Amino acid sequence: MNNLKPASSEKQQRIIGSIYRVNGPVIEATGVSDAMMLELVAVGNSQLTGEVVKLEGNKAIIQVYEDTTGVKPGEPVHGSGALLSPELGPGLVGTIYDGILRPLSALLNKSGDFLDRGVTAPPIDEEKQWLFEPTVSTGAAVHGGMILGTVKETELFNHRIIVPPFVRGTLESIVPEGQYTVKDTIAEVKSDDALVPIRMAQKWPIRQARPVKGRSPLHTPLITGQRVIDTLFPVAKGGTVAIPGGFGTGKTMTQHAVAKWCDADIIVYIGCGERGNEMTDVLSDFPKLIDPRTGKSLMGRTILIANTSNMPVSAREASIYTGVTLAEYFRDQGYHVAVMADSTSRWAEALRELSGRMEEMPAEEGFPAYLPTRIAEFYERAGYMETLSGKIGSVTLIGAVSPPGGDFSEPVTQHTKRFVRCFWSLDRQLANARHYPAISWIESYSEYLSDIASWWEQNAGTAWSEYRSTIMDLLQKEVRLNQVVKLVGPDALPDSQRFIIDVCTLFKNAFLQQNAFDENDRYSTIQKQYKMLELIVYYFRRGQKAIKNGVTLVKLRQMKVYQDLVKMKFSISNENLSEFDKIMTRLGRSFDQLEAIFG
Amino acid sequence: MANEATILYDSDVKSAAPETESAASLSRFSLIEKLKSGKEYIGIDKIDGPLLFIKNTHHVGYRELVECVDPSGAVRLGIVLDTSSGVVVVQLFEGTASLTLPNTRLRFKGEAHKLGVSENMLGRVFNGLGHPLDGGPAPRAEKYLNVNGQAINPTAREYPRDFIQTGISVIDGMNTLIRGQKLPIFSGNGLPHNELAAQITRQAKIRGAESEFAVIFAAMGVKHDVANYFIRSFEESGVSSKVALFLSLADDPSIERLITPRSALTLAEFLAFEKNMHVLVILTDMANYCESLREISTIRGEIPSRKGYPGYLYSDLAELYERSGMLKSSKGSITQLPILTMPNDDISHPIPDLTGYITEGQIVFEREMNSRGIYPPVAGLPSLSRLMKDGIGKGMTREDHPHLASQLFAAYSYVKDVRNLASVIGEEELTPLDTQYLEFGKVFEEKFITQGINEERSIEETLALGWEALRFLPVEELSRLTEEEIDTYYGLE
Repeated sequence: MNNLKPASSEKQQRIIGSIYRVNGPVIEATGVSDAMMLELVAVGNSQLTGEVVKLEGNKAIIQVYEDTTGVKPGEPVHGSGALLSPELGPGLVGTIYDGILRPLSALLNKSGDFLDRGVTAPPIDEEKQWLFEPTVSTGAAVHGGMILGTVKETELFNHRIIVPPFVRGTLESIVPEGQYTVKDTIAEVKSDDALVPIRMAQKWPIRQARPVKGRSPLHTPLITGQRVIDTLFPVAKGGTVAIPGGFGTGKTMTQHAVAKWCDADIIVYIGCGERGNEMTDVLSDFPKLIDPRTGKSLMGRTILIANTSNMPVSAREASIYTGVTLAEYFRDQGYHVAVMADSTSRWAEALRELSGRMEEMPAEEGFPAYLPTRIAEFYERAGYMETLSGKIGSVTLIGAVSPPGGDFSEPVTQHTKRFVRCFWSLDRQLANARHYPAISWIESYSEYLSDIASWWEQNAGTAWSEYRSTIMDLLQKEVRLNQVVKLVGPDALPDSQRFIIDVCTLFKNAFLQQNAFDENDRYSTIQKQYKMLELIVYYFRRGQKAIKNGVTLVKLRQMKVYQDLVKMKFSISNENLSEFDKIMTRLGRSFDQLEAIFG
Repeated sequence: MANEATILYDSDVKSAAPETESAASLSRFSLIEKLKSGKEYIGIDKIDGPLLFIKNTHHVGYRELVECVDPSGAVRLGIVLDTSSGVVVVQLFEGTASLTLPNTRLRFKGEAHKLGVSENMLGRVFNGLGHPLDGGPAPRAEKYLNVNGQAINPTAREYPRDFIQTGISVIDGMNTLIRGQKLPIFSGNGLPHNELAAQITRQAKIRGAESEFAVIFAAMGVKHDVANYFIRSFEESGVSSKVALFLSLADDPSIERLITPRSALTLAEFLAFEKNMHVLVILTDMANYCESLREISTIRGEIPSRKGYPGYLYSDLAELYERSGMLKSSKGSITQLPILTMPNDDISHPIPDLTGYITEGQIVFEREMNSRGIYPPVAGLPSLSRLMKDGIGKGMTREDHPHLASQLFAAYSYVKDVRNLASVIGEEELTPLDTQYLEFGKVFEEKFITQGINEERSIEETLALGWEALRFLPVEELSRLTEEEIDTYYGLE
């Protein structure tokens, strides 16, 4: 159950068979009698890491996580007796890993600029000393998930050392405060008659969800600082989101923005089958960025999993599970974790490729029939949970989807849509006009609205729901009005309707569009978002009234204060909220004047 | 079927060993491997297209290099595609014409296909496998490298930031090329993609820096005329001695196209990361490469995904495109400029679609602009450079560049809407503002985008033209520019 030894010592434990056939990353072994499903194996003379995915008679199908060039039939396959279960403990945060949690910087030291095969390194530094501070004392009743003490891992992050799930008993001994490595035994639990040693690190198989006490209803939004998300299509902590969009519509940009500014405690960013330079961008960008809430470097709460498009395809398949396992481990410590998976389509394609090599019967577009099951299993690992320790923790999953040809009717988008509750649809037209984030306000939706509306009303302003629905209503109306304009031109519309188009244009330019590179604009607090929303709604209501009173649209457009509205996102910082009140006063006065002249 | 193969022993076993390996490093194990690599099999069991099937061999490694001796004694190269204790599948790069089942001989080399690389390869012409085509002797190799390459560790990469001035406004201004970027040209048959690629090659420079550069040109299934056009263009601009060409033309075996870009990129990696050169790689035409991949996949009876292309098309293309960029440990760089003709001008076709998901942007050609005589016919809106954001602005190009580009995109996008509207209700019915936008669109296309095939513009000239076009719009419309930028540049005459 819990007495899994480190993989390195058991790598050559026993020969479970010999290679019969090599077909890319899929290997067939014969003479297999005692292998188990999903067992971690070392394949061939070069000891490539692999996993048993199918057993039949004396044959086993193994998917290999490294390039199989040069592997020959007849070479031995060694079994490890354990599932693919990386070590989790202090030292994870701020590190970049490949899909099966090998630290890439350690691999760089071992094999140079290019990734060699058969090179392994433990995920966390086994020599590094951490200052462990115990929070319980000997004799205490111990159960799985209980917090034994803390380690200050980065300036931003306190790592809580938890008892592995399923361990139960009394605490026989615990070390005093001091420096320990992850290999040292820090506590012993007397369980029945056995003594279970506890280290600061523990293992967990990646394909299995970690246990919790129970699920709680979602009620807190994950604040991302992106106005179109927070105000129009909010996601709750513990929720699931899909971001579909063709290439160049800004999936990665949106994921990066959320990873940078959202209010989670830990970010797990999975670069799954994407570009190498994008991961380098994160690596060079994040350490320089400052978390607006704590004033510390953002890398101090981020873990990167990089399995770029040219790295082995089976490790790409595993990377999603690795990422979500990490997230669950931190959730179990009582933290809110956000997982960005970019992109789940590449993961689905990896499934397809492996399935094809195993000669399975395909379903839609060559994808295996179990694709929807796998997607569901992945997204169901999100949630707002009561952990085994009794603390509250959450995993929010944000998955990008890359539909071929930008066509949302393809299987991955369609199946994903069934299992997520929030949908940020990226629009090609918006991206072409460089309107970022290119999240379409027509196609997108969030089912979390009712869950989190009261949170917004308590924390930002009481009229939030009302303002939001006013604007959403206008945006819907605008679509219909634009259809008319396309047929007969704008002059055919009365001023009151053209004013709606004007307000929507203002809302899009001044509110929805957000510049990721502008100091003031890249991140908006909920207070700033609320103030901006309030101003635009106020402009709409007063304008509507003024038009009713005979003011012409031309005069409205000429108001000087209009330019202040357009540029407020750049000109007013998150700290200077009183500036918004000044605009509000000026706006009110301008309307008063107009109405006095024309009314 | 019984094995009909006879085993011979090659008298000269040593010749099979690569020159770089010293005898001292040979362990007992690898010595046995070497001996096995001298084994030669006569007679094969099945030939299907470019694939050979042979049974009852020794244990052959996956992707191992194979030499095939045809009945006339000539050697053709191939690799192992599928290996098992029962049957081995070999893919020949140089075609299977004139091979017979009983008289074909196969030698398994016990190692992956390696390309001998050296600086002397610049100025030469090779076929897809790296054999000289220009009549000269094979250049002495400094090193033998596996053509499949290895994935770059993402932590070893240096994020590309250096602005390359191509002298072409629509690229420099709107879709800036960065050193170490992979930026494909999505074109169609009959559009001037070759002219643009050649112009970029001629004009590309890093401002204020002189550096060692090289151009590697890989042609896959293109016509002789196209290859000659590039060769002439390199000669005219006097860079021929810095260019290595890998040609696998339209009448060469289609399977050779699969190895051609790999050979080219292997040389590129050597020059960039070991010789610190800045290498520009032109790959044309990627559509032909993908066709060959589909051919092999179909013959092997694999389950197709979209339009008959194999499910691993994305991974396979990524193996090529990701071999670009910069490393922290080296001064060199690889910039890739793949050209692909979109079948039927369809950007959602699997080839451009998957390419777009891997590359860092794309330059998209529009047939309609070409018919209107606009060169380069770069479609303003779907084109994109992802690395642009970190390579432009203050200290790199000019401080107003990011906002100016964004404003031009926004305005041009509105122009497209207005044109649609005008085609329904007529230009006369447009509002005065919309008419101004039409005027802007005209100037933007005719002055900013359009330029001569030999015309080179500095980034300042490009930006000035951008402002010139914006002056056709009222200042209130410029919501993406800051007031200082407008003060400094808008009023300038």
